[in-house]
Amino acid sequence: MMPHDRRRLVALALSSFVLLWSTPFLWMLIAAFRPSGDNVAIASLWPAFEPTIKHFASALAAGDFGQWYLNTLLVVSGILLVQLVTVSLAGYAFARLSFRGRGTLFALFLVQLLLLPPVLLVPNLQTIVNAGLYGSLAGMMAPYFASAFGVFLMRQVFRSIPRELEEAALMDGASWWQVLWHVLLPLARPGLVAFSIVSIVFHWNEFLWPLVVVNSPQRYTLTVGLASFATGAEGGNEWGMIAAGTLLVIAPLFIAFVLCQRHIVNSFMFSGLK
Amino acid sequence: MNDVASNHGIARHPPAPSRALASAPHARALQEAATRVRPYIVIAPALFFLVTFTYFPLAKVIVGSLYQAGFAGAPATFAGLANYVTVFADPSFHKALVNNLVYSVATVVPSIVLALMLALWLRRSTRINHWLRAALFFPSLVPMVAAATLWSFLFMPQVGLIDYYLGRAGLPGVNWLGDSHWAMAAIVLVTVWKNAGYYMLFFLAGLAQIPSELQEAAMLDGASGWQRLRRITLPLLRPTLLFVIVLATLYSVTQVDQVIVMTQGGPSDATNLLLYYVYENAYQFGNTGRAMAATVVIVALLVLLMAFYFRVLGPREDDAAR
Repeated sequence: MMPHDRRRLVALALSSFVLLWSTPFLWMLIAAFRPSGDNVAIASLWPAFEPTIKHFASALAAGDFGQWYLNTLLVVSGILLVQLVTVSLAGYAFARLSFRGRGTLFALFLVQLLLLPPVLLVPNLQTIVNAGLYGSLAGMMAPYFASAFGVFLMRQVFRSIPRELEEAALMDGASWWQVLWHVLLPLARPGLVAFSIVSIVFHWNEFLWPLVVVNSPQRYTLTVGLASFATGAEGGNEWGMIAAGTLLVIAPLFIAFVLCQRHIVNSFMFSGLK
Repeated sequence: MNDVASNHGIARHPPAPSRALASAPHARALQEAATRVRPYIVIAPALFFLVTFTYFPLAKVIVGSLYQAGFAGAPATFAGLANYVTVFADPSFHKALVNNLVYSVATVVPSIVLALMLALWLRRSTRINHWLRAALFFPSLVPMVAAATLWSFLFMPQVGLIDYYLGRAGLPGVNWLGDSHWAMAAIVLVTVWKNAGYYMLFFLAGLAQIPSELQEAAMLDGASGWQRLRRITLPLLRPTLLFVIVLATLYSVTQVDQVIVMTQGGPSDATNLLLYYVYENAYQFGNTGRAMAATVVIVALLVLLMAFYFRVLGPREDDAAR
């Protein structure tokens, strides 16, 4: 066989594999828009050629998706805003300032990569209850305000910036925080963007921690809402509605992925640079 | 004006001798103290949250695991290792521990092998490869809860997608999530499906760093594809491999969303995992002492696993010598 033919064959085999791999999403798309009828098998991957948005209407009526979207947006952006401050400051200190105990403190941060908040969920929930934050969005955010991954990443990014730039600014009489704000952070933008993308996706998808903090449907995030919505709808075998509800949760991620695929993929690759 | 630089903790230059400073030793001492304290103030916000939500709870869970909660609001009493004794005597915990070992191996190994194979097949930067990589990566971008919801339907007995197509092929269906022989396999499949594309990215990045001259030289020497993989690609991918193994193992212990959504640990503990055991004991059975003892076991396992990986797969001495 010619190498060219072989390459084509491999591409064909891989494409079929990827198509099979995407079956759950394909089913979701097809089932969400297919009218329910007596002679339609819900599992069939044969689409309806007269799509309906009825399932979306019933999903929106059964679940408070608007509220869940809002809660998720608030939680994700609240976490990110605080993280950007804590992570930039600590990353700067570990990259540029010399102080006693720096190595030890840095190692203490790295331990957090292992002991993610869900692992320590029992004592963390007690802390949240004692702080009077049980059931609040702030309670969902607080454990994530310091990110070891972010501190590590920003330290690497700051270290890759030549020192001459900030020394020039210091000579001109700038204070350390002016140097950080006007010189280092603008140069660290790619790192900040990568960190933000990873943080947003991670917290958008977070489930266990919000699940234990939440105590009213009013405060559900999208993942907690979807889980409770699906449990309710499964009882009634309303799979078209479940497909539509899942699509509502996945859609923003899908749109973001299509619009800035390179950025997202690079950020996630960046998250592995060690 | 030439002592400006000394106002910042950053500058390593010794302060230039100046008359103004000499005449005010007090101000200078104050300034030096400020310089020494500054780094701690800069890391204080991050450190505060790190201590509050990592180290304080860690201490709390270790101490708490030694206490028995009092009935009806009575103060907790010191119980020594009683919680550990109950936990290790609990058949559900046994099940969770063994299940988690099986689950970790059964998710880490196949997802990494698959990710590596996909990365090798898709390493050439062609248009179609970009599409295929994107499609393979996408599952890792969506919430596990959404993935688990979709797969719950795929695994539905009779009406679900898998049984429907098995039926059309003339094969009998299986009650995937309701059958204790199959439920774990189903959970494993969801995890592999969700994460393999993510790990593939790291292998693609690692492969891109291998100089192509090495491959070409080996090819000219007549090395076969398998030999090149064994002798060149895999050794050079070692750091990536270590990182991905650590990440995948960590996920296999800290991610139980799909268990909560799909099986609630059942049927009869067939899919109970350690973190799910903690969750269940703390929030469904209200048994905090047991949950805390189990958490300590998880933490100890994580620390041991990571130490082991870095010993076995970490940088070798011959690497450092180079």
